[in-house]
Amino acid sequence: MQAGFEQPRTIEEATALLQKHGDAARPFAGGTDLLVQMRGGMRSPDILVDLKRIPELGQLEIGSDEIVIGAACSTASLRENAELVRLLPGLLEAAELIGSEQIQGRSSIGGNLCNASPAADSVPALVANSAVCSVAGPDGRRDVPAAEFSTGPGSTVLGSGELLVSLRVPRPAPDAGDAYLRFIPRSEMDIAVVGVGVALTLDADGTCTAARVALGAVGPTVIDATTAATALLGGPIDTAALERVSEAAREAARPIDDKRGTAAYRKHVAGVLTRRTVEIAARRAAEGN
Amino acid sequence: MAKLHVETSVNGEPTEFLCEPHTTLLDALRNDIGLTGTKEGCATGDCGACSVTLNGRLVCSCLVLAAEVSGQEVGTVEGVADAETLHPVQQKLLEHAGLQCGICTPGVVVAAKALLERDPNPSERDVRFWLAGNLCRCTGYDKIIRAVLDAATEMRA
Ligand SMILES: Cc1cc2nc3c(=O)[nH]c(=O)nc-3n(C[C@H](O)[C@H](O)[C@H](O)COP(=O)(O)OP(=O)(O)OC[C@H]3O[C@@H](n4cnc5c(N)ncnc54)[C@H](O)[C@@H]3O)c2cc1C
Ligand code: FES
Ligand code: FES
Repeated sequence: MQAGFEQPRTIEEATALLQKHGDAARPFAGGTDLLVQMRGGMRSPDILVDLKRIPELGQLEIGSDEIVIGAACSTASLRENAELVRLLPGLLEAAELIGSEQIQGRSSIGGNLCNASPAADSVPALVANSAVCSVAGPDGRRDVPAAEFSTGPGSTVLGSGELLVSLRVPRPAPDAGDAYLRFIPRSEMDIAVVGVGVALTLDADGTCTAARVALGAVGPTVIDATTAATALLGGPIDTAALERVSEAAREAARPIDDKRGTAAYRKHVAGVLTRRTVEIAARRAAEGN
Repeated sequence: MAKLHVETSVNGEPTEFLCEPHTTLLDALRNDIGLTGTKEGCATGDCGACSVTLNGRLVCSCLVLAAEVSGQEVGTVEGVADAETLHPVQQKLLEHAGLQCGICTPGVVVAAKALLERDPNPSERDVRFWLAGNLCRCTGYDKIIRAVLDAATEMRA
């Protein structure tokens, strides 16, 4: 088939194009993964379907119950929204870590999720915040929890003709806080050895009433570490709780040996980084948003 | 297949060109529009030599498709100086010897200008983080950072 470039204006047009061309077509958001993969010969779609002219994919809506982030919004544009940064500092921290300023001008959270790298920075933060993915396809819409969106390195639940429209995050309560930390050997422009996203809620006495801990780069997909979350519930975030959550994260991590670290090292880092991330989230929860 | 016809604005000038559907903006600028100031280092988003602005936002032109810029505004290094008068960022890079081979320089100029338009008074740390996506094999960065901070001071005066 011959190369093509399409700029649909509606979701229906986009899903129709994707369905019509099947594997020959690929959704295109910021292109910061896709164009690099095409250049490296890892992917060779004929038809690129640009999603950035579809209004719903570029919208950002901060509602009283829910925050809706268009899948194709550039991370640079998200960082410019002060209310979003105030409500979800951890998610924005994670998004800001994606590449350089130049990459930020293009990279989207939807692309980060759909590319399905186990080390994708925004995904642990999305899972910790219980984000839901709005998916549109030829047969209409469906919702998929962010924790279940990726099914393995490079693969997702998206079927033929489907695309990710938006991420819907429950609006954090005033006594909730989130955080994301990643460990890399240098301070910028690297891929996570481990990434940890945490969201938690503290009541007036400082008792942890809700928590979610998600670990990136230590498994084929992001790990929703429920045992780590449970280790925080029902008491204050004190030294004992931090020790428990750290141990539970170490246990939950399922890393492999690779050039960026051995499995044993990554398990250790997962424990340490989880404790630090929980401390930041707890401080934010105590301060209120 | 017929080439795509793209009408856009480059440095404020209405510009039109023909391109293949998967041609990058970098290649269109250099080969079809004849603006060779924008450089290719890596073609994979790592080095920043190809930095341009798209609707005012700093991007790598090697990771933008030429066909995407139809109806949008592109800014390149050629639009930075005012005729013969260099932009303070350019002038200070010269004064501080913030370049040797020069391949990274157009990207550094475009990126630093974009920073100073957003934040006229950045800290050294701000400048270092903002320019983390502009790799330079020659200068060791320090002279570039000093030049940008000096340009910021001059522009605030
Ligand atoms: C220099 C550099 C540094 C980087 N650093 C980091 C980093 O530190 N951390 C990190 O996590 N990532 C990093 N990345 C990877 C990349 O920038 C991110 O994954 C980014 O979020 C991808 O978003 P995008 O909009 O550019 O995606 P695209 O490249 O447009 O798309 C990525 C994939 O998802 C699909 N897709 C995109 N949007 C949708 C949608 N709405 N529905 C269905 N499918 C869709 C595409 O078909 C493609 O397969 C880096 C990349 C570069 C080039
Ligand atoms: S050429 Fe575009 S970032 Fe290197
Ligand atoms: S001056 Fe040579 S790469 Fe920067």
